[in-house]
Amino acid sequence: MHEFRVQVGPAAFRIGSQWKRPLDQLAELYRDYPVPQIPDYSVRLESVSLLRRFIRPSVAINGDYMLPDAAPLPLEQGLLAAEMAMNLQMALGWRRHVLLHASAVEKDGKALIMTGQSGSGKSTLAALLGHRGWRFMGDEFVLVDLESGDAVPFPRLISLKNEAIGAMLATALDGRFGPLMPSTPKGDIRHLVPPSDAIAHMARPARPALLLFPSFGFDAAVREVGPSEVFMRLTQASTNYVALGEKGFSTLTRFVQTVPARAIDYRDGIEAEALVNQLWAECA
Amino acid sequence: MVTPLDSLTLVYQRRSGITHIVAEPAPEILAAMGADALTADEVAQRLAAQFDFDSAQAADIIAARLNELADLGLVERCYA
Repeated sequence: MHEFRVQVGPAAFRIGSQWKRPLDQLAELYRDYPVPQIPDYSVRLESVSLLRRFIRPSVAINGDYMLPDAAPLPLEQGLLAAEMAMNLQMALGWRRHVLLHASAVEKDGKALIMTGQSGSGKSTLAALLGHRGWRFMGDEFVLVDLESGDAVPFPRLISLKNEAIGAMLATALDGRFGPLMPSTPKGDIRHLVPPSDAIAHMARPARPALLLFPSFGFDAAVREVGPSEVFMRLTQASTNYVALGEKGFSTLTRFVQTVPARAIDYRDGIEAEALVNQLWAECA
Repeated sequence: MVTPLDSLTLVYQRRSGITHIVAEPAPEILAAMGADALTADEVAQRLAAQFDFDSAQAADIIAARLNELADLGLVERCYA
């Protein structure tokens, strides 16, 4: 079994694989990240059967935390399998922070957090802003500290889907991209290494200052979102709120009482960036 | 733990670990009761002292809300 280790924010991963290629791809993309001594989570990319290790190789996603019905992926999507497995460990296992399914960027020590359904554009927006003067903190998970309420970065590889790939190829001209994986279960996927400041400062938290619920594909609009609606949406966006008990409750209630929230509609990245800058100036 | 937000109030129940999101008059009923065992009439009288309504007319409504709160486990039914 081949092995690769990587530290992303506060979480340390060990990824084992029966094939070398996905780990070589990971090692190349994560080459600027710290290598941890003791992993929090182990992930294994294994063949579904002995035969399928060699013939039309098929990668089953295994690890400390597993979904029993997770479909295996072809070896060409081994990198995606590893990323999905790492996400799964966080979503099911992380207990040190309130974990929000959200993206975040930072400016002046303050965090802009964006959450919403898949396809809302939160990931693309974070990637875009991360290349336009903001520090990228993460495009998948935001970790909220149980004591301070600060947002802790989790800047894993940026996972670009479909149209976002072209948009970021045009924006991140000096960016390092992973291989294009067409027609995955999530559509076309291509990973992008976060900007170097995101990796260098991945241990530096930021105070949440603005929460946005973006919706892509509508005419530009802004709507204020009240604390109780924010609370309901954030509990839905958190995989570990219930498990954290009273700590989770006090952390999230403080969050919704102190962080202004807006829903924004937008048609493209330029419109979104203008809205973000306007709201940031007003609220943060 | 009770945290009022806007028109809704969050109630975190330590024993079950469940977060309830309630609207008026549930938080007002819980606050009026405190830790006391009361009938719906008695809750209505306490609330009528704070808010402007006729406690005799409100007792049925409050009894219905108390039943809902009991189903959620936020109040307990006492049998004399």
